[in-house]
Amino acid sequence: MAKTPASAYSAQQQQELLKYMLMAREFDNAMLRLYRQGKAFGGVYSQLGNEAVSVGSAYALDRFKDVLFPMHRNIGGHFVFGQSLDQLMLNHLARKGSQMRGTDGTGHYADPSLRIYGNVSHLGAMIPVAAGFSLADKLRGITTVSLTYIGDGGAQVGEVHEALNFAAVHKLPLILIIENNQYAYSTPNSLEFACENLSDRAIGYGMHGVTIDGTDVELVYATCVEAVERARRGEGPTLIETRTMRMRGHAEHDDFSYVPKELLAEWSEKDPVETYITLLDKRGVMSREEATVLRKQILADMIAAIDRALEQPWPDAEEGMKSVFMSEQVEG
Amino acid sequence: MIMTYLEAIADAMRVEMRRDESVIMIGEDIGTYGGAFKLTKGFLDEFGSNRIIDAPISETAIIGAAIGASLNGMRPIAEMQFMDFITNGFNQLVTVAGTTAYRWSLPVPMVVRGPSGGGVGANPFHSRNSEAWFVHATGLKVVCPAFPDDAKGLMMASIRDNDPVVFFEHKGLYRKIKGEVPEGEYIVPLGKARTVRPGAHCSVIAYGSAVHMALEAADILAAEGIDVEIVDIRTLVPFDEASVLESVKKTGRAVVAHEAVLTAGFGGEIAARIADKAFQWLDAPVKRVAAFDSPTPFAPTLEKAVLPNAEKIAHTIRQVCSF
Repeated sequence: MAKTPASAYSAQQQQELLKYMLMAREFDNAMLRLYRQGKAFGGVYSQLGNEAVSVGSAYALDRFKDVLFPMHRNIGGHFVFGQSLDQLMLNHLARKGSQMRGTDGTGHYADPSLRIYGNVSHLGAMIPVAAGFSLADKLRGITTVSLTYIGDGGAQVGEVHEALNFAAVHKLPLILIIENNQYAYSTPNSLEFACENLSDRAIGYGMHGVTIDGTDVELVYATCVEAVERARRGEGPTLIETRTMRMRGHAEHDDFSYVPKELLAEWSEKDPVETYITLLDKRGVMSREEATVLRKQILADMIAAIDRALEQPWPDAEEGMKSVFMSEQVEG
Repeated sequence: MIMTYLEAIADAMRVEMRRDESVIMIGEDIGTYGGAFKLTKGFLDEFGSNRIIDAPISETAIIGAAIGASLNGMRPIAEMQFMDFITNGFNQLVTVAGTTAYRWSLPVPMVVRGPSGGGVGANPFHSRNSEAWFVHATGLKVVCPAFPDDAKGLMMASIRDNDPVVFFEHKGLYRKIKGEVPEGEYIVPLGKARTVRPGAHCSVIAYGSAVHMALEAADILAAEGIDVEIVDIRTLVPFDEASVLESVKKTGRAVVAHEAVLTAGFGGEIAARIADKAFQWLDAPVKRVAAFDSPTPFAPTLEKAVLPNAEKIAHTIRQVCSF
């Protein structure tokens, strides 16, 4: 019987990668339950099937030096960068004490102390902002890698083009991951773009581009480590397309009946979390039983954080009339 | 020192860039070429390509990069070669910059500036006055100076402000209007109107090029015995409502004037505030003078017909004063 190849990474690294993916998975499961119970409102955007991308990529950064601009299906990266379950739950459930005071929800928050800057719902809008963040440090002679994401759908927005071109011209240490999860809401790849690989666009910008399997967390990590090293050498941005499958609807209101069942079945065989549990078990890095214990602990922590968040009241109504401006000169 | 309106803006930016290393500029043709209006002439030599950044024709990237740099401690000035092209970066300003303080409680200390306005035969795409859009966006400060000293003082205040500022320069005033401008640091706080001409019979509330039209109208009407007061609001956000109401309560009559199109223009907001808060003091309806609701046309005869001018303002003041 062939032996499972050893990982290039330490046992601790492998265990951490699995832990963060399990946190992302259980966070999504928890949000799903809260939505069904009527306790979560607005959109619940699952990253089921895409955990390896957000975890493997964020894990490649130095979270004390670099910055993360996550999108709505990148909850794993928040955990990698040290965000607490409590803050995430307060934000998602719009309770008093959330960083955004209830003005906005999901992962849209920014936490400069953790070097996380969230997104807006307009796809592509934060890519030039991420480029500008790195630009400021480049002017100071510091290399700060900005990691951000876009979907196969959002990759068709004009702002993406301007941001990539600008980043390439100024050789900015920007990494853009195009998470190709096959569907933009209900629109399949075939109606979104005509090129073979979305990373083929990189050559047009004069930057490095690559398409990889987005269900393989170690491959995502290795590819991003290379991109980070390239950025630190002053060689500019990298475009990475990760191939995955969106295993839920666009958001939880969407029954995604437009996705062929066979396609979902095919991709469920490649579930990034289950695959990695099996791999670590085979490698002897973490047994299946140990993974189950870890998962149960994560779930218990998640439930406790949810309970604490739901105990919090809604934000005070007057918060809605505060902080439109940083300065208080404006009178109504 | 006597300066043109254009020189005053350049002076403000130069003084701030010398004082504060975090002030940088991003725009099209601002470096070697010195800007389409030569406003940044000499900036590249003095401050270097690290701080005077020539960008591709990408208004989204320019404004977006400025937002990102401002989130990382810089105070960027983003130049729109013409303010008309701000439409190409609209999403960055409105969706990202204008919501950041509210959502994230973080400062976005950036200025987006450039030439706006018509009257110079520049066609529908180099003439627009789009300031009202940004007032309606929320979270953005909007500045429209009329005089060189104000242009300098408001620009310095805008650069130092911790909120995103959209700074509308009027290209027709760039070299036409000269005036005494204080040297060195000179701050005009945002949100303070300026009474540029005291008068007893009617208040004209205006900003930007319309202030100059109103001054000309006041000269015409002085010969007819009508004494006009002119209040230049200077900034639309923050809006100095108190100074406007004070003037209207004194004269009992109000005409609101701007070069931008009439419908849903900022003049409508000013008129509404007056009607709401100074109704008992009014001796006549509040009237507005603004551009016809169309794009700014190219041919001189058409452009003259569409845009407001001193005669149109004088005519309206006469109507209000004889009500």
